[in-house]
Amino acid sequence: MVSLAATFGRGAMTNHWRDIRHADLILINGANPAEAHPVGFQWMMRAKLDRGAKMIHADPRFTRTSAVADKYLRIRTGTDVAYFGGLINHVLRNNLYHDEYVRMATNAAFVVAEGYSFDEGMFNGFDPQRKTYNAAEWAYETGPDGFVVLDIDHPRSVLNLMRAHYNRYTPEMVERITGIPRTDFEEVAKLVGETGKPDKVMTIVYAVGLTHHTTGVQLIRSGALLQLLLGNMGRPGGGMNAERGHANIQGNTDHAISWDILPGYLRIPAPGQQNIDDYLARSASKKLRPNSLNFFGENYRKFLVSLLKTWYGESARADNDFAFHHLPKPAADASWLSIFDAALRGRMEGLMLSGMTATSIGPDSNQVLQALSNLKWLCVMDSYATTSSEFWRAPGIEPSNVQTEVLLLPATHWIEKDGSFTNSGRWVQWKEQVLPPEGEARHDHWMLAEAFMRVRTLYERDGGTYPSPVLQLTMPYRDPRRPELDEIAQEINGRDLGTGQRLATFAALKDDGTTTSGDWIYCGHYPESGNLAKRRDGIQDPARNDPTGMGFYPNWAWSWPLNRRVLYNRASADPAGKPWDPTRPGIAWDGAKWTGDVPDYPATANPADQASPLPFIMTSEGMGRLFSNGVADGPFPEHYEPVESPVDNPLHPHQSATPVAHIYLPDRFGSRREFPYVATSYRLTEHEHYVTQHVDQLVALQPEAFVEVPAELAREKGIATGDAVRVSSKRGKLEVRAVVTSRLGPLTIDGKKVYQIGIPIHWGFVGINTGQHWLANALTPFVGDASSRTPEFKAFLVNIEKL
Amino acid sequence: MFMDVSRRHFLQLGAVGVTPLGFDLAEATKVKQRLRIEGATVSRTICPYCAVGCALLAYTKKASDGHVELLQIEGDPDSPVNEGRLCPKGASALQLAISRRRVESPMYRAPGATEWAKVSWDFALDKLASNIKASRDRTFVTTDGNGNVVNRCEGIAFAGGAAFSSEEGYLATKLMRGLGLIYLEQQARV
Ligand code: SF4
Repeated sequence: MVSLAATFGRGAMTNHWRDIRHADLILINGANPAEAHPVGFQWMMRAKLDRGAKMIHADPRFTRTSAVADKYLRIRTGTDVAYFGGLINHVLRNNLYHDEYVRMATNAAFVVAEGYSFDEGMFNGFDPQRKTYNAAEWAYETGPDGFVVLDIDHPRSVLNLMRAHYNRYTPEMVERITGIPRTDFEEVAKLVGETGKPDKVMTIVYAVGLTHHTTGVQLIRSGALLQLLLGNMGRPGGGMNAERGHANIQGNTDHAISWDILPGYLRIPAPGQQNIDDYLARSASKKLRPNSLNFFGENYRKFLVSLLKTWYGESARADNDFAFHHLPKPAADASWLSIFDAALRGRMEGLMLSGMTATSIGPDSNQVLQALSNLKWLCVMDSYATTSSEFWRAPGIEPSNVQTEVLLLPATHWIEKDGSFTNSGRWVQWKEQVLPPEGEARHDHWMLAEAFMRVRTLYERDGGTYPSPVLQLTMPYRDPRRPELDEIAQEINGRDLGTGQRLATFAALKDDGTTTSGDWIYCGHYPESGNLAKRRDGIQDPARNDPTGMGFYPNWAWSWPLNRRVLYNRASADPAGKPWDPTRPGIAWDGAKWTGDVPDYPATANPADQASPLPFIMTSEGMGRLFSNGVADGPFPEHYEPVESPVDNPLHPHQSATPVAHIYLPDRFGSRREFPYVATSYRLTEHEHYVTQHVDQLVALQPEAFVEVPAELAREKGIATGDAVRVSSKRGKLEVRAVVTSRLGPLTIDGKKVYQIGIPIHWGFVGINTGQHWLANALTPFVGDASSRTPEFKAFLVNIEKL
Repeated sequence: MFMDVSRRHFLQLGAVGVTPLGFDLAEATKVKQRLRIEGATVSRTICPYCAVGCALLAYTKKASDGHVELLQIEGDPDSPVNEGRLCPKGASALQLAISRRRVESPMYRAPGATEWAKVSWDFALDKLASNIKASRDRTFVTTDGNGNVVNRCEGIAFAGGAAFSSEEGYLATKLMRGLGLIYLEQQARV
């Protein structure tokens, strides 16, 4: 989500599922929605069937999505920047971009400060010692008024730098890197180039096939740049649509179960930030143009103080900087890979895992098993046994050698509790409790609250290190050991402490400690009138429930922020406030106010008024960012090879992979000689990660681990469907059956024949059907993206042999 | 791949579709369904699997002994997201909900032990709380080498949440940050 926030200001799918039916052209990359998000895929099919939309699927595998696409492009895994870069080049060279939109809504005209350079695969600002870029060196030129200088024709305007950057991504280069034949690429480029018109809209749909790379953030950003150039952001039928893979991954990212943020995407403070002023100086953006609303930056203090007030209540006062000192300040990355890295180095004592099995998730499951054995204690909260709760008796491990103390606590299911799920499209849908907890199972939040209260008691009784935050944290629930989710939903929404009333909008939040809100972006979902996430005015009565006819269904649940259904929708209308395409309006100016969707813009800001804010209210530029210093690996996306790759980067062979990928364990990478085949991992329709290994019907449908092997390679190796094979990487092995298929053809990459092997991820040593070497992530590399530290699950090298 | 007709419409169509033997399958199905969910309570929930967020209707009945039986789960035909449709995972959600494979009680595995031991909730929660307290006390850093107040616990990690209700996730964040944790993750990255 880093890439979307760096580009548009918020890290979430910009449109929503039903909206995809408004598209004219659908680019699907790094995703297989027909199989992984089948019911969401219906909206892509509706676009195709109802409005003749074209669907382009670029993927290493020919899947059921490819089968119904108008064009399938076999692309080498992890090379989508080259593909999107080629499309950007096509659009810029032939002036096919939506000029009026680009001037109105992007930073194309911003002049970049002197010193910017890109040479032989390296941007300026690299620190070879620390292997990081100083992103502050990717700055704009400022004028005497202190604001950024605008001049679209300047040699260092963002647009001109971008032209120079993507100039290298010719169709020949795209073919050399991705393996997509030039003629196929040109056919697609022509279709894409046609959507830079006001009456055409393209959407980009993607999933973890783009994120799970050391270049994941830039893979996504390259698509986002294309969308900005073509004027497709903020518009119904357009956008960057991230399909998320778990029911509530969005909601719990919003609520910051993530090392680097606090709820509502406030940054976690860093060492050296001794007070709120220090923190804001580093975290809150400053406006770069006079009429940039810079909504997030300007209101950061209100959101932070309201959060601190929510968490620390009476102990958060103006005279103690609202207990800012209680917030933990990490010195370095503390993300997923870093947790296990710390454990491998003996620096982690305890781990709590809730509905998330580290062993299966990996990457490098063998290292994860080692990391778990290094812990003093592990507590697994789950409805079912997992490969983590059982790790101490995994095949090949001698339990008596494992000194980790393990607890397995039976958790209730989604259906045994209420609360909301936030889907990919940001729709917060409340669910009712259907069943009482089974047997002894308890809710996760009751276990956590109870454990916390017992820790509090221990501190009260025995004292200990810095007990104040533990003692002062508010637990204002009827039963602090058993809080109701409804009470917590109200806390998240927030109140005016003067009146005691729940707030209807985050615009009411204050920075003086008189308001609370546990997550400002959810403020307004539970006003005094009630919990809006419970609303269910659905499709049986479209006349009443879908007044615009655009499928927003504003009274079905609630979407953040403020029930907006399409983010950045100011950009759906032209500078005068007229929808670019009146047949697909997002919002429109009626002379007094904006109508349609909930405007992502001040409701009465007149577009004729020169002082009205710029369209992207969340960025300091006021614009969508073609050039951005919000990412760690370059202001423009550049193609880099995966850390394990079959070829050197044709663009700059001496800087093949990104110089800033985060490598933890340097000796666990294989060479192309030993491991000549590219591998990628993925899900099947019938399973969801690992929990479905406990569901009989789904196990009956997809009973056993396998790998997909390209037919030509299978012939070479004498492998037939059903044969047992061993797939190995530098890190581990998989012993499963082969499925020989022509869905995975060979590719020609830079003149060399390259095979890709497909690895479904779902199996292990726990479940209804198990095998000793069935953990797919035993193969995957322990390395992370520079900005997000997302592991490279989707591109690595293996060997395969018949057993 | 996708039916052009809604499920309701499908049933209507089915009503005139009689088998060659003259047996009206749709009628039979309708009768069976009516009997099965007759008098049942309908609750609204959401699919637990992927982030499409398909809306579900769940039918339950309370027996005289107080036991609540889950009779059926189906797609909510009123939802703008799924319009009643479900994929194989959503359609089999009932099997995830009711399973003989659930963890039945808190389990404890002592260091080096070769088997689980069944324990009480009280034992398990005390154990968890004392582990948290001990690790927190051992690994808490109040001031770093440069004299900065950092108040962080370096030796405990929490991961999970993609299957939590949002409110649970929020509480998890609040409690873990309250303890001073810096290692905090869920499935967003992996
Ligand atoms: S029914 Fe299928 S598509 Fe719908 S939310 Fe569940 S898993 Fe996703």
